[in-house]
Amino acid sequence: MTAAPSARPRLGLAVRAWALLAVPTVAIVLSLLVGAVIIFVFSVIVAREAFDPALPLKAYGALFNGSLGSFDGLVETAVQAAPLLLAGLGVAVGFRAGLFNIGAQGQFLLGALGAVWIGASLADASPVVVIPLALLVSVLVGAAWAGIAGYLKATSGAHEVVTTIMLNYVALALLSWLVAGPLRLTNSPQPVTAGVGNAALPILIGRDGHIGILIALAAVPLVWFLLHRTTIGFEIRSVGANADAARYAGMRPRFVILLTMALAGGLAGLAGGTTLLGLSQQMPAGYSTTVGFDAITVALLGRSNPWGVLPASILFGAMRAGAGSMQIQAGVPADLVYIIQAIILLFLIVDVLLRKLPGLRGARTGLVTSAAVVHVAGGESG
Amino acid sequence: MDGLINGLYGIPVAGLAFQFGGYVLALLPILAQTTEAVAIPLALAAMCGVLCERSGVVNIGIEGIMLVGAFVGWIVAAGWALQFGTGDPLPLFGITPALVIGVVAALLAGMLLALLHAWLAISVRVDQIISGVILNILALGATGYLNTLIASHSPPGAGAFQALALPSQITSLPLVGWIIGALFGQGPIGILTLVIVVLFQVLLFRSRWGLRTRAAGEHPKAAETVGIDVIRLRYRNVIASGALAALGGAYLSMEQTNSFQADMSAGRGFIGLAAMIVGRWTPIGAYGAAILFAMGTALGQAISIGPPNGQLGDLLTLLPSQFFDALPYVVTIVILAGVVGRSIPPAADGRPYEREATT
Repeated sequence: MTAAPSARPRLGLAVRAWALLAVPTVAIVLSLLVGAVIIFVFSVIVAREAFDPALPLKAYGALFNGSLGSFDGLVETAVQAAPLLLAGLGVAVGFRAGLFNIGAQGQFLLGALGAVWIGASLADASPVVVIPLALLVSVLVGAAWAGIAGYLKATSGAHEVVTTIMLNYVALALLSWLVAGPLRLTNSPQPVTAGVGNAALPILIGRDGHIGILIALAAVPLVWFLLHRTTIGFEIRSVGANADAARYAGMRPRFVILLTMALAGGLAGLAGGTTLLGLSQQMPAGYSTTVGFDAITVALLGRSNPWGVLPASILFGAMRAGAGSMQIQAGVPADLVYIIQAIILLFLIVDVLLRKLPGLRGARTGLVTSAAVVHVAGGESG
Repeated sequence: MDGLINGLYGIPVAGLAFQFGGYVLALLPILAQTTEAVAIPLALAAMCGVLCERSGVVNIGIEGIMLVGAFVGWIVAAGWALQFGTGDPLPLFGITPALVIGVVAALLAGMLLALLHAWLAISVRVDQIISGVILNILALGATGYLNTLIASHSPPGAGAFQALALPSQITSLPLVGWIIGALFGQGPIGILTLVIVVLFQVLLFRSRWGLRTRAAGEHPKAAETVGIDVIRLRYRNVIASGALAALGGAYLSMEQTNSFQADMSAGRGFIGLAAMIVGRWTPIGAYGAAILFAMGTALGQAISIGPPNGQLGDLLTLLPSQFFDALPYVVTIVILAGVVGRSIPPAADGRPYEREATT
């Protein structure tokens, strides 16, 4: 016991790293174990298959091979992780200001549509011009859409959770109408927009490893710098920590709320723009994705810290990339990934209980959101 | 008479309103019936929301509870029918043992999921939004997972509840026939929904339980001071609310249709949340909002099937069907923004209650 203080400096880094990583790591490992039990139980009860003790290993093996275990899988992981990273950074920035942005879904869709619209309208223009322009529009559209929720929160105190949920569905209807109507490719049997032509993102690696992966990676240090090394970043974090104190210190919570929502929406919109310009290169009316909701999990798992969001997005990118081969090779439905995702979140939020486990007593809390998230429900805000 | 009507229809701008009135009036019985049928699951979702939030717990996992209710109800009924046969349906509502067992299982599953939310929100005191998100992801994953596993075995299913066949003497009554037909020409869950809405409204504002519930949602500390066990009350209400949402789910897979599809709830839980807000956290108000939202859907359907003739038809067919899809959400945002009539949630909504240490 008495040796502990003197041992501290030497052990410092390892201890601090474990304190930081313990809760997320244990949450992920426990979730995979629960997933294995689910695979077992339901393969026997529901699918009426013989008891196969190796089935979870087979499933997770296929999941790994389809994601991190092969070159194609690695590229697919990066492709899947890129939008999660961008949108996850957006949700994380929101959390730091005490805002719960459930609207990444709608911001992603409309940002994607904005980029495709520019791409399709200027399909013959030089890529050097049209790609940055299309991506810029995706950022602006996403920012504007999230800005509605930010504006309402700042002016009337309307809770951003509710308004962003509603805006998600409005975005879905808007997208379906625009693609089926004004933006529809003439003579196509299905409602779909025209192709983006020269605005298609260049492929860097593998089959579809587009440049959007680099854009997403570049966003990590940028967002970190913005949050931790700039005045506005300090204001964002201060408003998140205590909006009243921030106002007393001369900051502008209303402006910060609006700006943060726009920033979060811009990142989610960029996620949509890069995904559509990089992969399908046109927008079908029935385009569906879960990126917006997965981004919430990614941001929470990454503790709302840009450097934490990066590994979290890779984890979920890998699960998305490998889920298909898991279903084909092991007969385990790809939806298992959602169950695991929910259980990871569950373990993260009950970290109060998790940290009572031996070896986890000194661990840092699993979640970094702001107290403000809960305490503004519909009421007045700064 | 015809001359008068044509005259009214011919008035510029205002004539369109008369034409619209005539169109709605002509279709009233069918329009009202569709509206009520669409509104039932929305209303049940909204009742779940009202019950939770009046007790001080935010629940955005209604969507997930509905989805689980829809799946469990359908699969348990199908499993029962497979094991013990469907049996002869009763003449009333086409009730079979399999369907009843299915609904009971759906309610229990919904209450179980709500118990998870209650535990997280009330005891662990986590962020209730995250807890709701977990419910939704878990429900989507679990129902999708099991549905994929089962799909290869494709169970025959247990059919669905039938709507009440009202005698035509009643439905053809002047003035009130169409409304009775719409409200009561529904299946058992649909009619039960009306009972629930009225009963809930009365209980919430006229009973001891209702007063206590509202106290727990407005000022839990004061409630505790006068001897109300806020924690227990919140637990009970949240768990009960799970049954309401699950009933809405069971309606989708056992009354409106007779099968389950992946992600069947399709955002109805969130529209229910919207109806709760527009209805200002009262059961009757939320039901009214659900009817309002459903009316948009029903009108949209009617217009796409058989648009009215003349100028009005040209105008209405210009409105895309997505306009009606987006309407409930836009209305909710407008109301939240305080443009028309502010809607204020219970004061302690979403705040975990922490009992002060008793020493």
